[in-house]
Amino acid sequence: MSTTAPAGDSVATLAARALTKRFGARAALQGISFELRSGEIVGVIGPNGAGKTTLLSILAGILAPTEGELTHSSQELGWVPQQPALYSKLSVVQNLRLFARLEKLGDPEAAVARMLSETALEDRADEEVGRLSAGNQQRVNIAIGLLCEPSVLLLDEPSASLDPRQRERLWEFVGGLAGRGTAVVFSTHNVAEVERYATRVLVLVDGELLFGGTPAELERAVGGDPLGLEAAFVRFLHEHGH
Amino acid sequence: MRWLFVKDLQILRRSPFLVGLLVIYPIALALMIGFALSSPPGKPKVAFYSEVAPGTGRIRFGSQQINVSSYASQLFQSIEPIKVHSRAEAIAKVKDGQAQAALIVPSDIVSQIQSLVTTGVGSPTVELILNSRNPLERQLAQQAISSRLDQVEQAVSKQVLRIAITDLQQVLGGGTINFAGQNFRLLGLRVSRSIVEGATAAVPPSSPLRRALRSVVAFANLAIAGLGLASPVLGSIGTPLTVDQTQLAGRTTPTDAYAVAIAVIVSLMMLTLLLAAGMLALERSENAYSRLVRGLVTPGRLLWEKIALSAACAVAVALLMAAFVSLFVHLDWARFELWIVALAFGGLAFGALGVAIGGLAREVSAASLMALLLSLPVAFVALVPGSAVSGGVKTLLDVIAFMFPFRAALEAASNAFSGTAPGMLGPLLHLVALTVVFAALARLALRRFA
Repeated sequence: MSTTAPAGDSVATLAARALTKRFGARAALQGISFELRSGEIVGVIGPNGAGKTTLLSILAGILAPTEGELTHSSQELGWVPQQPALYSKLSVVQNLRLFARLEKLGDPEAAVARMLSETALEDRADEEVGRLSAGNQQRVNIAIGLLCEPSVLLLDEPSASLDPRQRERLWEFVGGLAGRGTAVVFSTHNVAEVERYATRVLVLVDGELLFGGTPAELERAVGGDPLGLEAAFVRFLHEHGH
Repeated sequence: MRWLFVKDLQILRRSPFLVGLLVIYPIALALMIGFALSSPPGKPKVAFYSEVAPGTGRIRFGSQQINVSSYASQLFQSIEPIKVHSRAEAIAKVKDGQAQAALIVPSDIVSQIQSLVTTGVGSPTVELILNSRNPLERQLAQQAISSRLDQVEQAVSKQVLRIAITDLQQVLGGGTINFAGQNFRLLGLRVSRSIVEGATAAVPPSSPLRRALRSVVAFANLAIAGLGLASPVLGSIGTPLTVDQTQLAGRTTPTDAYAVAIAVIVSLMMLTLLLAAGMLALERSENAYSRLVRGLVTPGRLLWEKIALSAACAVAVALLMAAFVSLFVHLDWARFELWIVALAFGGLAFGALGVAIGGLAREVSAASLMALLLSLPVAFVALVPGSAVSGGVKTLLDVIAFMFPFRAALEAASNAFSGTAPGMLGPLLHLVALTVVFAALARLALRRFA
């Protein structure tokens, strides 16, 4: 199955065509195709082992697809892994500065200051990352993913370790990025988050893309009753033998 | 309890590499110790050349003689002699490594010993030519030959002493000696004195002969007392042989400078291995590896950064250590730039081995443990002198030592510290090759790193 962004939007910033990934005999992804346009927030949901992290890893360039093609615009992809990818013995500002320099940004210090401000971490800038709470570590993790001001931001279960207040702040932040034209793809087990914040949802099951559309379209696809997205998603899985 | 066992076994099963190492390590150590204890130490190969003509190795001493040649067989018990036909051939054997030393017995050895024991004048000297390549091997060969020469010396001198004391007793007390196949009765000083004393009594007191006979008795008394004290003096011929030592292949590495090189290279190895292995494994433990290699840094550059940094840190520490030790042991500061070259090449090779370990272990604690476990046997295997073990074990140890950077780094460093043979080029090329091989192994290991 393939999905495309709603018609009338701008040019696709990322396009995946027939992506397949095999680990030995096991197919983790099979023929995934979709497009992503600027300002979109796409939620990827599916049962455990559906292939969500594999898909995001391929989009981020960490894994190479066995088959298929991935194209994206010249601007950088920002990637925020599920586990914070930070140096725990370095301070917040040292982590940001390191990755800003590795990204070869024109003005690394300005980028660091901007990210400290956007993630409200200025007062924690000199603290060792290892001493921060899980929520604050995740904020630093996201800040590093955004250093290069990417046109596409990939978030792998970004709210998994956050409390409700931190989740709220995260999605406000992500919403602001999308409002400025950043395309966002995130994977999650929290269907309510998809319902609230995603403009489009991709349902992955056993490495196959079974649905691509808006949350409302997913609800309509299972009968259109006002069940809510979570119930619609569960029914959708049942209808497809899961 | 049972389920705890099952759980722990399942966890161990998840780390087959570490478990394998933990199982193999004590077995390998036990085997090495067992080999070392059970296999007899190899005898140093010594080129042996005697200039003494066959059948002439006998020292005559009064009525008896000693066959010096029979003592050569005692020497051969502790060496593996390579009999050669000239002094030049003996030296050639040492130069090309077929023999660890050459022992040359000069043609005048018999006459010199004969002169020493009969007149007290003489300097019997054997010539010992040693290869200067490995100070440990040189010391082992030197010790084996010297201790056996000591025994030969003692045996010869004991025999000489026994003969001398027997003859003295006969001079004092009389007896029978055999000369030219015939037995002769020897009067002895004591009996002679009694005879002269008896004769003196029979001579009239006013006779001038009586005074002369009393002079003879007085001389006999003096001779008896003097010869009675002579036996201990003969013991001074305890070390009749002098060993004249020569080193081949240019200047030798002094043993203390070699010991400094060992200490410095052990430090260099342990620091570099732990740093390189730990720093690479840390990239994965912190989940940063996948973020880095998605366009920011290539895996190859990441590896070289770890290798270079760990080597630089360890070289700095090793140089400080060498500089400090040079206050007490002479190291050649005029070759300081070669110290840096030797330690830098060694550090890079150890760094490459370290990242290979880090790539395979993937966790900081496992990587550190593996680096420690590996470093001790690597040093041990490289330091065992070839002549201390039997031939098969020596070959095995040589192969293992060749596969790791310790021996090459030690050769380069000991050469740099003291300016001795062998040259540095060979060890440095060996270190470069090992650096490339281990770096390639680490690059392969990174494939399953993310």
